[in-house]
Amino acid sequence: MLFYSFFKSLVGKDVVVELKNDLSCHTGKRRVDMDSCCRIAICGTLHSVDQYLNIKLTDISVTDPEKYPHMLSVKNCFIRGSVVRYVQLPADEVDTQLLQDAARKEALQQKQ
Amino acid sequence: MDQQTTNTVEEPLDLIRLSLDERIYVKMRNDRELRGRLHAYDQHLNMILGDVEETVTTIEIDEETYEEIYKSTKRNIPMLFVRGDGVVLVAPPLRVG
Repeated sequence: MLFYSFFKSLVGKDVVVELKNDLSCHTGKRRVDMDSCCRIAICGTLHSVDQYLNIKLTDISVTDPEKYPHMLSVKNCFIRGSVVRYVQLPADEVDTQLLQDAARKEALQQKQ
Repeated sequence: MDQQTTNTVEEPLDLIRLSLDERIYVKMRNDRELRGRLHAYDQHLNMILGDVEETVTTIEIDEETYEEIYKSTKRNIPMLFVRGDGVVLVAPPLRVG
């Protein structure tokens, strides 16, 4: 439950959720330009999270390649936890000492 | 009260516990690698890494010569949550040379 609690503490903060579905297989002579690869990252305010680390974001915008006009009118979204690759977090909102102590406790709990 | 408060290394996850607040190397699926400071992890290998550099390696195949060209792209992220199902390997940072 460590990360569930951690994300609950970040509700209201702005995050960038990067999804797994950027299956970009760049072959051929074309030079790989990361700026135009199909990496789907959604920037928004963390509204809520659940035990599966499903995420609800509000006031979203698609970062990087705005090649996804079908998201233009979407303001809020629900993201299934299993499709998340990364969540970029504001570094100053994170208490690293607290996290490390919590991770040690969680590791101990898991062994029991 | 029977409580296991041992600090000995018994199982693989204990090895990761030793790396808390240390820089680590993480190999992930889809030819990605991360190098960063480990702040938290759990039994799923979900992790929080600080001061991270992500390297994505791609192989381009020249249509004419059919040679494989390895290209890697890096970017830096100050604080990152990594979902455990993408993680393949966790190790101390590789020292080259």
